Amino acid sequence: MRPLTVERLLWTCALLAAILFVVVVIALKLGAVPVSLYGLGKDLIRVALHRSSELSSDYRFIVFDLRLPRIILGILVGASLSVAGASFQALLRNPLADPYVLGVSSGAAVGAIVALIVAPHLPVGASIAALLTPFGAFLGAAATIAAVYFLGQREGQIDSGTLLLAGIISASFLSALITGLMATISSSSYRGMAFWLMGDLSTPLPPSLRWVFGAGFLLAAGAIYTTASDLNLLLAGEREAMHLGVEVTRVKLVVYACASILTGLAVSVSGSIGYVGLLVPHVMRLLFGSDYRLLLPTAALGGAIAVVVADTLARTVVAPTELPVGAMTAMAGAPLFIYLLRRRAA
Amino acid sequence: MSSVPSAALSSRPAASSRAGDIRLSVEQASFAYSAGENAAPVFTLEATTFQARQREIVAVLGRNASGKSTLLKLIAGVLEPLSGRVQLDGFETSRLEARIRAQRIAMVQQESQLLYPMRAWEFVLQGRHPYQRGLRFETTADIAIAQNALRQVGAADLSDRLLQEISGGEKQRVILARALAQQPLLLLLDEPTLHLDIGAQVDLLHGLRQLADANRYTVIVVTHELNLAAEFADQVVLLHGGKCLRVGSPAAVLQKDLLEHVFEAPLEVETGPMGRPRITIRGQEPLP
Repeated sequence: MRPLTVERLLWTCALLAAILFVVVVIALKLGAVPVSLYGLGKDLIRVALHRSSELSSDYRFIVFDLRLPRIILGILVGASLSVAGASFQALLRNPLADPYVLGVSSGAAVGAIVALIVAPHLPVGASIAALLTPFGAFLGAAATIAAVYFLGQREGQIDSGTLLLAGIISASFLSALITGLMATISSSSYRGMAFWLMGDLSTPLPPSLRWVFGAGFLLAAGAIYTTASDLNLLLAGEREAMHLGVEVTRVKLVVYACASILTGLAVSVSGSIGYVGLLVPHVMRLLFGSDYRLLLPTAALGGAIAVVVADTLARTVVAPTELPVGAMTAMAGAPLFIYLLRRRAA
Repeated sequence: MSSVPSAALSSRPAASSRAGDIRLSVEQASFAYSAGENAAPVFTLEATTFQARQREIVAVLGRNASGKSTLLKLIAGVLEPLSGRVQLDGFETSRLEARIRAQRIAMVQQESQLLYPMRAWEFVLQGRHPYQRGLRFETTADIAIAQNALRQVGAADLSDRLLQEISGGEKQRVILARALAQQPLLLLLDEPTLHLDIGAQVDLLHGLRQLADANRYTVIVVTHELNLAAEFADQVVLLHGGKCLRVGSPAAVLQKDLLEHVFEAPLEVETGPMGRPRITIRGQEPLP
């Protein structure tokens, strides 16, 4: 018997964090404007020593004002989507569950767009209005997962095939709704349709939302993590979990609400980036096993790595033009989805 | 079946002389399932009463849809009785906190579906969940208890095997080991002999008899196997169409007329050498 120990958990996370750091440095270096690794290293040390005034102004703008915020956004979005995906997989007992596949991302996008349309007409200050977008996205995500959950049932039991179909139909319906909503608003201040349907990281996070996003991620992911060992048992079925002392209703409610918050946060700032929640937890399960106490933190770090890598590729493969990062993740994720679906059917 | 009574069986004291108070008390417990709040009940389990002491094995018998599983859920505390009470050592099982309930009552159900590959030891360690707090990293004590549970069911050598790769009988033992790792007072089994060959069935019941004696469990087992119940149970509860028809020793309950009425089949009941009934099918007269 080799159960999970704190040491193994910490070493695994440290390894992934080190990989994430290397990926971040490479992502800072790569781009339409070349930056030398030596110069970057020197500059990073200067920043670490609080001597950022010594940076050359070009570097400073490109590396620290353009690339770094985008990378940090990618880290948060990737970790959120990946943890949300792993959570939905346990909640719905379905390894193919993912915010994008289930239509939850599209629901969040509809919520965010509705909030954007409504906010100017409300008698609230600009800072409150900015908060309405992630809040609307959360409501949209929560409503969608509730609808998919009920549509996915057959004779009171969650049916895997019906659930996926319900998700895919919801996603297609909500995408049509997004297209309709975008057509009715002409203002150029709104981010384009492609952003909400495909997702990209080129729009920096508004400063007012940075703390909301960071704190929201930590709280929601932390709350899900407290139920990690309950989720292990929920995977075996609700009745069994109940007999092993899991308060099934409470755990499901916490995970359902927090996974919706994570999806809502990610979508409100980056649009619908697909398949991260499917791809990353799957790879982490192959590497480290399916124990949620290890899976959730490794999925968070792996999701961050995956999105930063995908976004760096999106920025560089056809430079100086950029692809939406959602196109990169869908190109990797959709074939994996098909593969998993066929292997399950076999 | 005649080879089953062994040293362990014959050396144990008779049920009536067993020391210890009533551990499980089911008093006039009833339940009704209905489609909606005001709809007429679809199925009703009428008031059922019996008691069980430690080291006792109680077999719940009856046809499909007779209320066996409902009774088991009432005992497990996952359903709250409509009327009456189910008490374990004086506490109502349906009112216990989930964690506490799982420390006292373990349920062995028919095979669970596994989404991801899992080793036997991982599965058995799940039985320690109700004793852990926070992130619940297993302690060395938890590991020792899980290893001991695997040993007790004779499955120590299965520890590192994947559950997807072992036989039905072996898997049933691992599932039982997880229940033992819960260190319960009350062990509930829902048709544990389903899909097992006769050898594995006898092994399982024989093992349960020894475990009940060694660990002082009270064992409630729902089964379709009349002869296994007759051979191993101290008490039999016979349900029919949601009614509790009779409770008592195997000899008192497993009687020809009653069984023929319940199971609507031509049966013969003989008495074996240990005074326990044996049920056989009365063959049809050959056609002229």
